[in-house]
Amino acid sequence: MLFVVLLPLLFAFLVPFLGRAKKHIHTGIFVLLVPLIIFIYFIQFAGSNFQTVTKTYNWIPSLHINFDFVLDGLSLLFVLLISGIGALVVLYSIFYLDTTERLSHFYVYLLMFMTAMLGVVLSDNVFVLYTFWEFTSVSSFLLIGYWHFKERSRYGALKSLIITIFGGMSMLGGLILMSTITGTTSIQGMIGESSVLLESSYMPLIIILILLGAFTKSAQFPFHIWLPDAMEAPTPVSAYLHSATMVKAGIYLIARFSPVFVTYDSFFITVTVVGILTLCWGSYMAVRQTDLKAILAYSTISQLGMITAMFGFGTEVAIFAAVFHILNHATFKGSLFMVAGIIDVQTGTRDIRKLGGLFTFMPIAATLAVLGTFSMAGVPLPFLNGFYSKELFFDSAVQGMQWDSSLLTTLIPYVVVIGSIFTFVYSMYLFFGVFGGKKDSHALTAEPKEAPIGMLLSPFILVAGVVVIALMPQFFNSALLSHASEAVFGSAFSEPIAFWHGLNTPFIMSLIVVALGTVLVLTRKKWAAVYRALPGKLSFNRVYDWMIRKMDSTSASITNTYMNGSLRLYLSIIIGAMFMLTFVFMYATNGFTISFDNVAPVTALEMTIVMVIIIAAIATLFMNHNVAAILVLGIVGYSVAMLFVLYRAPDLALTQLVIETVTVALFLLCFYHFPKLKKRTESVRTKSMNLFISIGFGTLMAMIGIAAHSTDWFDKISDYFIETSLPEGGGSNIVNVILVDMRGVDTLFEITVLGIAGLAIYSLVKLKKNKEAK
Amino acid sequence: MEIIISILAGVLFAVGIYNMLQKQLLRIAIGTGLVSHAAHLFILTMGELKRGAPPIIKEGITEYTDPLPQALILTSIVISFGVTSVVLVLAYRTITENDTDNMEQLRGNKYE
Repeated sequence: MLFVVLLPLLFAFLVPFLGRAKKHIHTGIFVLLVPLIIFIYFIQFAGSNFQTVTKTYNWIPSLHINFDFVLDGLSLLFVLLISGIGALVVLYSIFYLDTTERLSHFYVYLLMFMTAMLGVVLSDNVFVLYTFWEFTSVSSFLLIGYWHFKERSRYGALKSLIITIFGGMSMLGGLILMSTITGTTSIQGMIGESSVLLESSYMPLIIILILLGAFTKSAQFPFHIWLPDAMEAPTPVSAYLHSATMVKAGIYLIARFSPVFVTYDSFFITVTVVGILTLCWGSYMAVRQTDLKAILAYSTISQLGMITAMFGFGTEVAIFAAVFHILNHATFKGSLFMVAGIIDVQTGTRDIRKLGGLFTFMPIAATLAVLGTFSMAGVPLPFLNGFYSKELFFDSAVQGMQWDSSLLTTLIPYVVVIGSIFTFVYSMYLFFGVFGGKKDSHALTAEPKEAPIGMLLSPFILVAGVVVIALMPQFFNSALLSHASEAVFGSAFSEPIAFWHGLNTPFIMSLIVVALGTVLVLTRKKWAAVYRALPGKLSFNRVYDWMIRKMDSTSASITNTYMNGSLRLYLSIIIGAMFMLTFVFMYATNGFTISFDNVAPVTALEMTIVMVIIIAAIATLFMNHNVAAILVLGIVGYSVAMLFVLYRAPDLALTQLVIETVTVALFLLCFYHFPKLKKRTESVRTKSMNLFISIGFGTLMAMIGIAAHSTDWFDKISDYFIETSLPEGGGSNIVNVILVDMRGVDTLFEITVLGIAGLAIYSLVKLKKNKEAK
Repeated sequence: MEIIISILAGVLFAVGIYNMLQKQLLRIAIGTGLVSHAAHLFILTMGELKRGAPPIIKEGITEYTDPLPQALILTSIVISFGVTSVVLVLAYRTITENDTDNMEQLRGNKYE
């Protein structure tokens, strides 16, 4: 199973090579194989006798992070959607993207997403799940920004990334809390430890963090704002990531954790309220849009809200309806996105105000669209799967919830009817706005004609799915859906799904939706003014934009206070911080000690040299002549060499003498170009600050040196070098043996550094400014 | 003597840092040189001074000066030479290109 999950990622490595032949053969044809293989692999598990499959592959066992793949009913539904819709989307993309596009990039991102999404729905280990989760965000970012030369694409890509990663990080916090409390990293394990978890005082925080992850990913109110902007992605991507699969990851997470939080009512109440709110706001806003894909985006938001709400209800019928609707939504919304893409390609616009009367020009696309939109609207017809799940949704809303709240239980049936009326309105608006009415020949530049057969193939298969699911619901129920709802609720839904239930409350609700919806569609122009009052200027987009602007300007101004280009400030900060940290640490741990035991005797010669060095060093500060300053620096260097002689370091003394000579020569070579040293003209404040920093640092270093000498915590390691120098290094000069033998790699790097320095100097001397080179 | 050398290293650090905090490029280069001298003396005192013979193995001698600080300093001397020369040439180029050796004038644009 690990191989199947990683297959898309592995195949992605081949894509750039296949992409070279794109002039002759479209890269997508090769890529199509991958989702097909995965689909065929997983479809074998489906069936009425399905059993949960568990596979474990070690990754980081010491941290309890392993690829624990659990394929239960819910995961099976998702993997089939991911691979099935994935195959159709790749097929569609072959005709949607022509070979002048950067195909390799597109398919690499898409395959990356496929692995990530499969990983999310199969991982039982919460941290592996999180890893794959963020991978989906990243690949979504790359795909939204696929046409990176468009400003809107970049904006949309960044927005989706910021919002979903914010959610993902919150979720990680929640997952860490949960795994710390329960002592397990497995979701199945957490279900077992659920009672421990629910008693924890961290529960409200855990719920908030986990739900932030789920709501941002599934574009729930008020985080829905990224989804409409994500529509800048190529249409196959919108159909795949932003409608059928990725945006359902949040819903998957809620479903997955439902058994863990099973008796924690506020989890389900929050989910319900947010879901219902999203359902209503999304469908209300969809009617206002003019871009086809924006209508579909808000419609997706609304449908996601509906599924979320159903998981929030938490009853048996609600959860069954939710998984049923996940499947149905993927079929009809996927097909509608593809039809929208076809219209875009064939007419050159997605603006619904310019479109109209396309039924006669594109009869096949129109037929597909009519089935898709009517299914989405929940029109009571026996061959539309959307009606079945909508009916079950009404049923679950009327039947009451798993939790107690009399206010919500009474309100919800009315609210869902209002939300569904708007769903009906935008579905009709979408279909009749594009295909009904008369063609506006002025608005369209090209004469619209039917799309090529290959492009119609994928939406056709999806629409066929709409009809087949509606006609044979029992088959899908026993093979797939009952296992999925069992995985969430614990027991399978037993009632048969049928078109005709009798004239019960859900059916009456459906009729009300259709009746009122039709009235609203016909009078749309009259009440459209309501959008000027609500949302009017209220928009979470404004909040988002304001936050981004503020974050940008605030961080820029903070950075500019300390990254102001002044070397002096940088040095002061670095050395000041070093001084403070070390001093406080040494002081707190009683690190400063002075001991006069075991010191070498002081001789007059050494003292003389020390005095010379100190005088010469201080003199560099007061020299106002270049050559004088350089020579004084030379005095320091040569005196240090003399100290090396006295302290029995012949190699050091030799090297120091040579290097000092070369350095002084180099200084003198360059000094000609240096302007004359000037008297310092800083303010007293700057001077005293400099003085404070340098004296502080000097004192600190002196004290560390004394303390290091005065303490005797460790044995010296030098004895090892002295003993092994001759027998193992084969040399009697211990220092040399250390350098070339025992620490040979160090010396190699040292030579490398010198080489790089040489190259840098060469290019600095030779390099001319660009204008001179030209 | 170790304590005196430690203090000497401290003085060299202080003077070197003070030089590096100046505006003129030449002073910064001089400061870099002083700080590396300070670091060498600092490391040298870590091993004890003037104990035993120079670290060259000879028949009959058992006490040697600590060779490890010497090896480290030897590496350091060469590296600081490399750094100093790059700093010098960089300074030379900067001065000839921009006609100034004042770090405050070499700060670049605000909000760049």
